Amino acid sequence: MADLQVVADPGTHEIQITRSFDAPRELVYRAFTDPDAVRQWWGQRDNETIVDRLEARAGGQWRFVQRSQDGNEHGFHGVYHEAIAPERIVYTFEWEGMPGHVLLETVTLEEQDGKTHMTDTSVFQSVADRDGMLQSGMESGAAESFDRLDEYLAKR
Amino acid sequence: MRADRLNETFAALADPTRRAILSRLMAGEASVTELAEPFAMSLPAISKHLKVLERAGLIARGREAQWRPCRLEADPLREVADWVEGYRRFWEQSQERYDRLDDYLRAAQGKEPPDDQPAP
Repeated sequence: MADLQVVADPGTHEIQITRSFDAPRELVYRAFTDPDAVRQWWGQRDNETIVDRLEARAGGQWRFVQRSQDGNEHGFHGVYHEAIAPERIVYTFEWEGMPGHVLLETVTLEEQDGKTHMTDTSVFQSVADRDGMLQSGMESGAAESFDRLDEYLAKR
Repeated sequence: MRADRLNETFAALADPTRRAILSRLMAGEASVTELAEPFAMSLPAISKHLKVLERAGLIARGREAQWRPCRLEADPLREVADWVEGYRRFWEQSQERYDRLDDYLRAAQGKEPPDDQPAP
């Protein structure tokens, strides 16, 4: 079901991600709202995810920590504004490494023939914040891409 | 500042002749005459393209030799590579994230991983 689509129109505050899953939406909803499930899939593969807090109800809070193999920890937290099983979750999202840049995320789940179609829309506070998120792979990626370009240019 | 430069770099790259000139320069320095050879274009027309590339910082012209050889400059291309790389990583990270959710959903439904499944 790897039908991932990422839409980020230039000059907007939004990123929209769509993806299908081969599972009923009750189960997909649980994957987003059950601490034991979140622990198993959220975050990067090589990292451990610690679910510090997960109160999937309007006004409830969440906080997840990503612990990398070298022991570095990154915290993420926010507040749920809506958690309507099994169709919709609305929450704020903030990376503790860059406080003050909050986004509002809406996850909508639609079921058809036993498969679930997810639409995940994030609205950022500014175009710069949105572009920053899109470029979030950049810091780690920059060194590598520079090296590759260096090698390439060295051959000319 | 950085966005301005990206605009200028992409504008300079948005022309097949200029991209062909850059490709040629990846093989090494060249004179204007050499660069003009593969194109059915006058030297002044090629010079115009070179000026756009030079203004965008994509090439530099030698001062020493009379024939002022052109050579490729890495910095703006790095910025382009860097910019594209960020998007690629974001996409890959999203993909990895939802692949993991697939794994979870499969396990939760008591399904085998797809590779082990016989064809239906």
